[in-house]
Amino acid sequence: MEYTLKDTPALETQTLEVSLGPQHPSTHGVFRMNVTLDGETILKLKPVMGYLHRNHEKLAENMSWLGSMPYTDRLDYICSMTNNFAYALAVEKLAGLQVPERAQYIRVIMAELTRLVNHTLLIGFLLNDLGAFFTPVLYAFREREKILDLFEAVAGSRMMCNYFRFGGVKVDVTSDFIPRVRQIINKYPKFLDEFEKLLSENEILMARCQNVGVLPKELAINAGISGPMLRASGVPYDVRKVDGYSIYNRFKFRVPIGEKGDVYDRYYIRILEMRESINILDQAIKEIPDGEFITKEGGVGARSPRNFKPPKGEAYGRIEAPKGELGFYLVSDGTMKPYRYHVRAPSFINLTVLEDMCLGQKVADAIIILGSIDIVLGEVDR
Amino acid sequence: MGTATNISQIDEGLRSELQKKGIFVSSLEDLYNWGRRSSIWPLQFGLACCAIEMIATACARYDIDRFGAGLFRPSPRQADLMIVAGTVTKKMAPQVVRLYNQMAEPKYCITMGACSISGGPFKDGYNVLKGIDRYIPVDVHLPGCPPRPEALLHGLMKLQQKIDSQEIEKTAWYQKGLKREFPVPEFGPNGLNPPYNPEVFTPEQHREITVG
Amino acid sequence: MKTLEEIKKDIESCYSDATVTVEGTSLVVPKERWLEVAKFLRTHPEYSLDYLSSVTGVDYKEYLEVVYHLYSIEKKEGPLAVKVRTDRQKGLVPSVTPFWRSAEFQEREAYDLVGIHFEGHPDLRRILMWDEFQYHPMRKDYVQEDQDRPEKEF
Repeated sequence: MEYTLKDTPALETQTLEVSLGPQHPSTHGVFRMNVTLDGETILKLKPVMGYLHRNHEKLAENMSWLGSMPYTDRLDYICSMTNNFAYALAVEKLAGLQVPERAQYIRVIMAELTRLVNHTLLIGFLLNDLGAFFTPVLYAFREREKILDLFEAVAGSRMMCNYFRFGGVKVDVTSDFIPRVRQIINKYPKFLDEFEKLLSENEILMARCQNVGVLPKELAINAGISGPMLRASGVPYDVRKVDGYSIYNRFKFRVPIGEKGDVYDRYYIRILEMRESINILDQAIKEIPDGEFITKEGGVGARSPRNFKPPKGEAYGRIEAPKGELGFYLVSDGTMKPYRYHVRAPSFINLTVLEDMCLGQKVADAIIILGSIDIVLGEVDR
Repeated sequence: MGTATNISQIDEGLRSELQKKGIFVSSLEDLYNWGRRSSIWPLQFGLACCAIEMIATACARYDIDRFGAGLFRPSPRQADLMIVAGTVTKKMAPQVVRLYNQMAEPKYCITMGACSISGGPFKDGYNVLKGIDRYIPVDVHLPGCPPRPEALLHGLMKLQQKIDSQEIEKTAWYQKGLKREFPVPEFGPNGLNPPYNPEVFTPEQHREITVG
Repeated sequence: MKTLEEIKKDIESCYSDATVTVEGTSLVVPKERWLEVAKFLRTHPEYSLDYLSSVTGVDYKEYLEVVYHLYSIEKKEGPLAVKVRTDRQKGLVPSVTPFWRSAEFQEREAYDLVGIHFEGHPDLRRILMWDEFQYHPMRKDYVQEDQDRPEKEF
């Protein structure tokens, strides 16, 4: 029998519910989305998390103040240095510790190197989600290894550096540290050019990313979005500029902002931020002074941190982590353990608008929208 | 005429004589194990921090492909090896067991990092499982937090040694009545039910330590 | 940014019967008036605290407390820490999701871990633990299960 499309009666359709994750090749870790689909269009999307809820906050309440420092490494496990930074900053605020000049510079250098690692990896993973399977990741990991070697030389560990201390850093940097940073920042722009040549004007990338997952400015602010995502939506808000914590107010750098707030803007803003980070690094290694790497004034606080008891009170310290605003809310009751320890995780709050961005898009786009948010599950679930 | 099960049972002189004429003699078992150990396909399955090091191992610098284990499969049906890379929480444990059940025999499991061995630094957490070996059998335990990529390669080589030592006639997956479905734990009001699978795991007894 | 005393005065001049107190570095607002105060802080042009950074639930053994950290992106000011207290049994606090969407997940987290019920939250479910879980683990009196116990016990 001849079969033509004309003879077909109107097809009855129904919506389809799909559970993407927790084991799914494209999601960033054990994240799950329950999606309702009409064909390929997303009608509803509910994120389900908690598959990596490691009770960081509860554990921190049962150990000494310094004891939580290695655990902060494992929050956002790609950028352990910035997590250390945020926690050290909050505790210093609580205890009123001063940080010596040299330590401040070391901290800034470490934080900006971490930003390079994070943004490079993110772009690799985002392209992985887009279907460019593993090639950009190879480039990204090649560069990451170079910076990780540096971290290892200084802190003793590749990923989980545990390098910051209250009132400074654990050890002084090695003598060849500055030349090695210089080497990295000399070569990094070339790598970025190579990366951009490969990706930025790539037709597939543009077709897949432009006008996908648009996040309007007002919603971004209202939903507490932070970091590159907020700036991609056109809000010039960078905690490094606004708070000027540590010594960031000494450096000249620009805050790149996006126009539309789509996935492409979020991709491109990271490239631009890396270029600014190189700029900051360049200034920092020129200006870094000699001196103490950890404060002496802090007395008990810095030199023998196991007996460290900050005064009664509470503090909220935040920094501009590569993923967004990372905050620590600490309550001290004057004992050796924190009474309450809360992490304001940027990836967790950035997920609030995932549904809003995905509605009406195709299911394949949901994956790259998730990729462009830049989540790390260690931080989402804590 | 029987088949030699081990290469050492073949006469050395005869073997070298044949090799000179271009004939390579090996036992079926060695060939079988050589093939299996040189093409281990791991499951693309990352849980936490260690997953990043697992990806680093797959990338250019460490290049796990040199050991034939570079083809990460997204589906458990196609995978031979599950690398449990990261903390297994109680919420995730049923999924991990289910994934392991879905893998086809022969299957192997490497626990990567302190967390998946015993809970590691997060051992005291209310939502953290104290080691995935409570529910599934583990072939290689790989300590570290996270283990360096070199350590993962070492773990993989250890697994290859294990595969090399297996004998076709005795391997579990060719025996009759093989049942290797491990029960999937259920969510309870304050933890998982049951707390461990007694077939594969017995908790350590509290021993009295006497001094002097 | 204005000092806490000035903010307290401003709020009380707007809502005469509201009793806002200053404690340390934060403002304590009674939970009955919290929605009005939140609206005031969010919309008043002098404050326009449009960015809710963090929501934390704290268990103080006698009572539960929610701590909000507010920033203004428009004015680049902040933070203002606001505390709302509630009892341990029911733990009711009005939800601020209508003013700040960022409270959506964070309030769910505080509900899950500390057991604070946010009235008016659009979707108050557990977020980190599974649905069958019956306790609030971040409370100080939570007791963990023994993972080495012999068999099913529940």
